[in-house]
Amino acid sequence: MGRIASDRWGWLFLALLAGTAVLYSCRTGQGGAGFEDAARAVYVPPGEYDEFYAFLSGGFSGQVTVYGLPSGRLFKVIPVFSQHPENGWGYSEETKPMLQTSWGFVPWDDAHHPQLSQTDGVTDGRWLFINANNTPRVARIDLRTFETEEILEIPNSAGNHASPFITENTEYLVASTRFSVPVPQRDMPISQYKGNFQGTISFIRANEPGKMRIAFQILVPGYNYDLANAGRKESAGWAFLTSYNTEEAHTLLEVNASQRDKDFVAAVHWKRAEECVAQGAGREVAAEYRHNHLGPDRAGHSELLTSVRILEPKDCSEMIFFLPTPKSPHGLDVDPSGEYIVAGGKLASVIPVHSFSKMLQAIRNKDFEGEVDGIPVLRYEAVLAGEVQNPGLGPLHTEFDGRGYAYTSMFISSEIVKWQLGTWQVVDRVPAYYSIGHLMIPGGDSAQPWGKYVVALNKITKDRYLPTGPELVQSAQLYDISGDKMRLLLDFPTLGEPHYAQAIPAEILRRQQAQIYPLEQNSHPHATKGEGQARVVREGNVVRVYMTAIRTHFAPDNIEGIRVGDTVYFHVTNLEQDWDVPHGFAVMGAQNAELLVMPGETRTLKWVPLREGVYPFYCTDFCSALHQEMQGYVRVSPKGADVPLSYSTGR
Amino acid sequence: MVPVSIWRLRGVGRLMGLAWVVWALGGCGGESNRAVVAGGEAAQGTPGALTEEQIRNGIGPISRVEPGEIDPARVKRGEEIFALKCAACHRLDERYIGPPLREVTARRTPEFIMNMLLNSWEMTQRHPTVKEMLAEYFTPMPNQDLTEEDARAVLDYLRQARAEGGGGA
Ligand SMILES: [Cu+2]
Repeated sequence: MGRIASDRWGWLFLALLAGTAVLYSCRTGQGGAGFEDAARAVYVPPGEYDEFYAFLSGGFSGQVTVYGLPSGRLFKVIPVFSQHPENGWGYSEETKPMLQTSWGFVPWDDAHHPQLSQTDGVTDGRWLFINANNTPRVARIDLRTFETEEILEIPNSAGNHASPFITENTEYLVASTRFSVPVPQRDMPISQYKGNFQGTISFIRANEPGKMRIAFQILVPGYNYDLANAGRKESAGWAFLTSYNTEEAHTLLEVNASQRDKDFVAAVHWKRAEECVAQGAGREVAAEYRHNHLGPDRAGHSELLTSVRILEPKDCSEMIFFLPTPKSPHGLDVDPSGEYIVAGGKLASVIPVHSFSKMLQAIRNKDFEGEVDGIPVLRYEAVLAGEVQNPGLGPLHTEFDGRGYAYTSMFISSEIVKWQLGTWQVVDRVPAYYSIGHLMIPGGDSAQPWGKYVVALNKITKDRYLPTGPELVQSAQLYDISGDKMRLLLDFPTLGEPHYAQAIPAEILRRQQAQIYPLEQNSHPHATKGEGQARVVREGNVVRVYMTAIRTHFAPDNIEGIRVGDTVYFHVTNLEQDWDVPHGFAVMGAQNAELLVMPGETRTLKWVPLREGVYPFYCTDFCSALHQEMQGYVRVSPKGADVPLSYSTGR
Repeated sequence: MVPVSIWRLRGVGRLMGLAWVVWALGGCGGESNRAVVAGGEAAQGTPGALTEEQIRNGIGPISRVEPGEIDPARVKRGEEIFALKCAACHRLDERYIGPPLREVTARRTPEFIMNMLLNSWEMTQRHPTVKEMLAEYFTPMPNQDLTEEDARAVLDYLRQARAEGGGGA
């Protein structure tokens, strides 16, 4: 560069000079806050591990995604409420029953809120739960296998949004309705909503795998119930939910449900409800809903349940109270101590914080300002701990760092606001790109936050990434919150819409990961336990192929005697017992995807051959140097042909 | 307050300057906060020649086995394991994916057989005899997740098979 020709180059020169000076100062120990520092903070060198597992909901994808933090690397999509071509979830005969509902087979739903199991209010790494919104359900994912093992449908619910939120020892998942509807469902005019439609709050027994059950449902006024959090420590035994549309509007809610200055937080004393139920309160009501779970045979079993216990506020005194709360609140978050109940009033100009101890006091003093459908409404001033003034626009959701600070997402002003519990003063704010919905601090909704990072879960990315046509990726952003100032470290794309997330220190989960399914424990009714057992059996028009897979062949790999009109089940058992050696299975003419079979398990593909011929099958998951040799043929003869059934390998 | 990224809106020179400042500002070391991979497969690649003992008895957890009398309970258990986990690739009397095994206890020491059962991956990587077998049979023997007691049972099953004798190979 010969000479400084313009302002621009002059500016560059100064910048270089300044940069060099700073760089020099860094070497002598002064900190810097640029992007290289951020890059360093999120860079996980090849072969090293992330510090946290993060579980993000896929929103309209219906699935859960697993990321590493701080790197933002995607590890896995865990299929839950939607079919998943990557591993055959909802396609294989074993997993189809998992997507059964009282409405039949539902291949795609909308999943919002992952929730880790807790012991004494601390996330314990056993299970992850998540809701299906449209066809109301909750699912349990086992965190040793990262697999959905159980799904329970919820009757008398519509829009299972305030769900699932867990009590501090995983006694219950709390699941509430977004949409109030006629309960039970019946044909009636929509215009008669007010006073006739109702909501339900379900308490679901969650701490016994395979036995999730609705313990009871509380019938509540016809509002929209939005989000929830259970109490902890002193407030254990309670659950808190936000509501909006206390106007009970049934049309144009954006106007009609925004009339009142305050809606309600519902405080439910579930310990009290338990007592009432134990004494026989409430009534058993007919309802059809499904409970699906993977059995010890690793196959899905779906059972129809036919009744549920319903409790009304009048059946159980002092079970439920309303706390007036400004205005159309969304998030509801209890701080790690259990004392403060924070509501994110998305149309409010303050963040109201209720006090649990003041609430108890107000209940003792009967400091009520009214009553709705038998539910006492406490006086706002009597329960209020404080208000965060001028936090920003559209406060949605709050989490805690365990050091006395709260972090609230601001949807409209697109930022995270950090404020102090007790003083209610805003101490820092940082922009989010763009339109942050929920945010997540590892453990930040529990008694023990690991308050090092906050993840912003954003609704809109606009110009943040290379564009991909009209449909853009959704995204999350990682911020360092270990210092006084929040610091943006990383943007990373997400699959579907990340409504909410959970995270847990990697060490807790890493050590418990299953590597294989032990072959000797395989109790699948159509398992083939050893190549010597491989065979083909005809049962009328049904043909069962008991097939084994191992590097690098199938047995049998030549099959004859199948006829057009048969229904063939390929029951493929993977005989491998080593980590990371799945085999795949695909057969030409299959109308239903493929299989991916983990070591030691059996998976089944249903195949209805339509045309005579000789069709290949092969392994779809590269498994060894001879993977391309892992194949076979099945011969299909015309209907009524007399080709005998035969099968072989290596002959 | 929707923030707009100013970085994209200015001239190239300014961008370069900013980039330099950013890079320079970031030049300070950040603490490392990640778990390091524990153990992993670091041990596998240890180069160097094998000891005579390793040549004879293989590489793995088994350094010494007293075969003793053939134990019928072990033979029964070994036969079950063989059917479940080995028979996909091995026959007793004929070559299949891997070599026939009726006479294997004559060819190899008990320690070698058990180490092959328990540590096939490292054996295939490092032991000259197993490397030669791989060149002949192509498919490396997979780990089948046997315990030492399982491997001991398979050993007795193979000793019994040899004692009983059979067809060819
Ligand atoms: Cu394969």
